[in-house]
Amino acid sequence: MTKVKDERSERLRQYMDECREKEHSESQLIAILHKAQEIYGYLPREVMDEIAHYMNIPTAHIWGVATFYHYFNLEPVGKYIVSVCMGTACYVKGAGKVLETLKKELGVEVGQTTEDKMFTLQEARCLGACGLAPVIMVNEKIHGDLDAERTAELIKEYRNRGG
Amino acid sequence: MAEKYKRDDVVAARVITLCDGPGCMHKGSKELLSALKDGFREKGLSYRDVKVNLSGCLGMCARGPVMIVNPGYTIYGNVGKADLEEILEEHIIKGKPVARLVIEENHLYNKFFRVFGDVGFFGKQMRIALRNCGIIDPESIDDYLALRGYEALARVLSSMSPEEVVEEVKRSGLRGRGGAGFPTGLKWDFTRKAAGEKKYVICNADEGDPGAFMDRSAIEGDPHTVLEGIIIGGYAVGASRGIIYIRAEYPLAIRRLEKAIKDAREHGIIGENILGSDFSFDVEIKLGAGAFVCGEETALIHSIEGSRGMPRPRPPFPSVSGLFGEPTLINNVETWANIPVIIMDGADWFSSVGTEKSKGTKVFAVAGKVRNTGLVEVPMGTTLREIIFDIGGGIPEDKKFKAVQTGGPSGGCLPEEYLDTPIDYESLARAGSIMGSGGMIVIDEDSCMVGIARFFLEFTQNESCGKCTPCREGTKRMLEILTRITEGRGMEGDIEKLERLGKTIKKASLCGLGQSAPNPVLSTIKNFREEYEEHIKEKKCRSGECRNLLEYYITEDCVGCTACKKVCPAGAVTGSPRERHAIDIEKCIKCGQCLAACKFNAVKTA
Repeated sequence: MTKVKDERSERLRQYMDECREKEHSESQLIAILHKAQEIYGYLPREVMDEIAHYMNIPTAHIWGVATFYHYFNLEPVGKYIVSVCMGTACYVKGAGKVLETLKKELGVEVGQTTEDKMFTLQEARCLGACGLAPVIMVNEKIHGDLDAERTAELIKEYRNRGG
Repeated sequence: MAEKYKRDDVVAARVITLCDGPGCMHKGSKELLSALKDGFREKGLSYRDVKVNLSGCLGMCARGPVMIVNPGYTIYGNVGKADLEEILEEHIIKGKPVARLVIEENHLYNKFFRVFGDVGFFGKQMRIALRNCGIIDPESIDDYLALRGYEALARVLSSMSPEEVVEEVKRSGLRGRGGAGFPTGLKWDFTRKAAGEKKYVICNADEGDPGAFMDRSAIEGDPHTVLEGIIIGGYAVGASRGIIYIRAEYPLAIRRLEKAIKDAREHGIIGENILGSDFSFDVEIKLGAGAFVCGEETALIHSIEGSRGMPRPRPPFPSVSGLFGEPTLINNVETWANIPVIIMDGADWFSSVGTEKSKGTKVFAVAGKVRNTGLVEVPMGTTLREIIFDIGGGIPEDKKFKAVQTGGPSGGCLPEEYLDTPIDYESLARAGSIMGSGGMIVIDEDSCMVGIARFFLEFTQNESCGKCTPCREGTKRMLEILTRITEGRGMEGDIEKLERLGKTIKKASLCGLGQSAPNPVLSTIKNFREEYEEHIKEKKCRSGECRNLLEYYITEDCVGCTACKKVCPAGAVTGSPRERHAIDIEKCIKCGQCLAACKFNAVKTA
């Protein structure tokens, strides 16, 4: 394994050092993966190997955990992560149409990233903004009361904002 | 110390409480907050004279941005930047509420209005778990202390033995608010009596039901109440460590909890020798990572231990062997939030609220086709009709009520004849649904019940962890059948197959996810069987939601603009320019593009 000593892996190491101090340090794995994703934007294979070495946890176990939870991305994601809320309230108010529009506008399926690395399309569990259903979240911002037309406009807006 | 907390300005002085839940944020409360700053400057007001709070979700999302202004606790809705000047000038400076912005409806009667004013939305509500939400600044421990915060903890540590605390919780009749309704006191008793070197207390804030956001609001609006409940629980069962397991998708709630824990530690409320007693206890936050099954207690424990969140058979129950093999007490956020009130006001008072077997109140997230979407907390025994029509304001656009779905993906759909069912664990179960964690989705005539059942099953199927066969394979097969029914390929005998599969999955699955996953399907079959039959036999969907069952046709309004013909990917539209077109239903793939393309409203479905 090549040891890339950059600022990012240094930050992750510092965090892992803190975790190693704690009781039941192996139970900190999910927190470490959160940290890694925060630093790298997703979980690259080499980073998971690095965690395995450093924390003395089998790589297979880490892989198992990383693939079990929806929150972790194993592939790089786009600049804008578009999450369509598929909660019940949104469903009843037409989230399906919003999702279809997005698929058409972006030309990708759920879980994929556009070629220009601008957008990643995701389905989300309830975002807790049921009063505005149907909603989508672009990165941290919630957009509500959508229909096909407004969804398309919104994507155009983001696209114009550029990369 | 006592002097410091003798602040009466928290509720008595001039206060502006602005809702910063996602609903109101979206509708502009962030902009309002910055406009408020400008307004203060213009009017020469200072933050020392007028306190500004951010409340977390107040539960009136449909009328956001919402603002509560004291004196008078007047609730304003749909507040725009332009309205601010008037509110500041008239209400804050002159003390007269701005009538045109007040949200008001019919009369109310319970003690809640003393605090919140005469507003219909709150009329039938009674707030115990959410009692401080919207009243205090959630990021201020002083605010919480001023409203009897940590009084229950102080009383417990100074004058009650752990046994007495457990006894009090038992007598209150409180039952788990996470869904199953297990008597909380009994759980505490088991954990207290279990032998173990070290014990743990866990707060389950992995709120996963789609359409439910009670726990998020409770934590965002009043994190200290939850924290106080957890510490009391720790004392009662003899634990030294508490863990709050919360969804990573709730950043604001996480931030407020972190702040609350930090403040509590600085005040000697968490840590060594709490409030001068010999009880020591610490609390930490653990983040979930998006897995619905982690709401199940044994799966949750595995997740905290850093593994895949898969459930295991019980017994042994977590109260005997839980986190790291030690006795562990797990309760849901709302359950914890009830604890301080039970200690402060007594089990007798608490058990006077509610029904014979279900005590206290329950928080519901009301959403879907209802006028006032948002959070409500009502005494147990309130009927579904009161929640949906009196508090919720009924169905918008005067559409017809069709069903109400309670309990999220584990619950059932109840039609109109069950509207007068009182809400308690037993009555809802008898009606064929469950209390669940508190999601309540109102469905009107525009929604297809087979489609709704399919939606929920798709969710649980996707979230099934795959450990036990009945759930992993069974839900998959059920989903396949439902999909083909909604696509017009349903077969004779499908309904019976669904029923048989559903019953088997319920009986044979390992955890609550599988045991309840078939509920939405079984309850819609029971209550809306004719819709299933229509789909299968007549290939018809009365709501028009199942697109594959629709037949597209072109009316005489067609001017022959050829727009539909151009977009049809199947070449199913025929006709010459400036003449009425027609759709060949044999070729039509029902993609709906012609309908979207027509500017003359001439494409219709039947």
